[in-house]
Amino acid sequence: MADATLDAKGLNCPLPILKAKKALKDMANGQVLEILATDPGAIKDFEAFCRTTGNKLLSSGEDGGTFRFEIERVA
Amino acid sequence: MVDGMDLDNSKKMTIIVTKGTLDWAYPPFILATTAAAMDVDVTMFFTFYGLGLLDKELDLKVSPLGNPAMEMPMMGGHMGMPNMIGMLPGVTSGATAMMKNMIKKKGVASIEELREAAELSDVRMIACQMTVDLFEKKKEDMIDGIEFGGAATWMESALASDINLYI
Repeated sequence: MADATLDAKGLNCPLPILKAKKALKDMANGQVLEILATDPGAIKDFEAFCRTTGNKLLSSGEDGGTFRFEIERVA
Repeated sequence: MVDGMDLDNSKKMTIIVTKGTLDWAYPPFILATTAAAMDVDVTMFFTFYGLGLLDKELDLKVSPLGNPAMEMPMMGGHMGMPNMIGMLPGVTSGATAMMKNMIKKKGVASIEELREAAELSDVRMIACQMTVDLFEKKKEDMIDGIEFGGAATWMESALASDINLYI
């Protein structure tokens, strides 16, 4: 279960990443942010974002045109 | 890096911003804000027409004139616009309105939003002092929190950076 949810549906690059970063900043290490998005580019972008920043991408999936990601704040 | 601590270990990027039309304003601000979100220490150097992107009030425009790659909705499709038509009065404002409409519809951030995000994530913005003098810009018309400097100021950042872009 996520500790917070970010609804980034309808937003295009780079807004989902920018808003996710902002949301993660307000969370404690170990907490999980759920992100909902419709930008197909977000899949690769969240993978790259997590690899680069060290935050942990717990899950990445699609449900009826909405992409759902779970990121654990690590640093 | 957390909240600006440990700056010496972070990756660094500089971007020289030379263009001030609506379309060309996007790449530098998208890359700067995304890099900052990925813990990169970003410096933007605004020179020549890019300097206008630091104005408090932005009124950015895009023109199909001399830009055959810019296709516009026409007769049910998308077509490049002949330069002859791009020259007509009102075409620039029409193309600008159309582009801004599309930006809104597709959930793309406005330049104002991206610039604010850049300010909030501590992107360092340097206005080219020479361009300020050349174009007789007034500092009070420009946003707060920017620095004024020259080529050597950018060089110092660039030499210490991992990525340097010219846009």
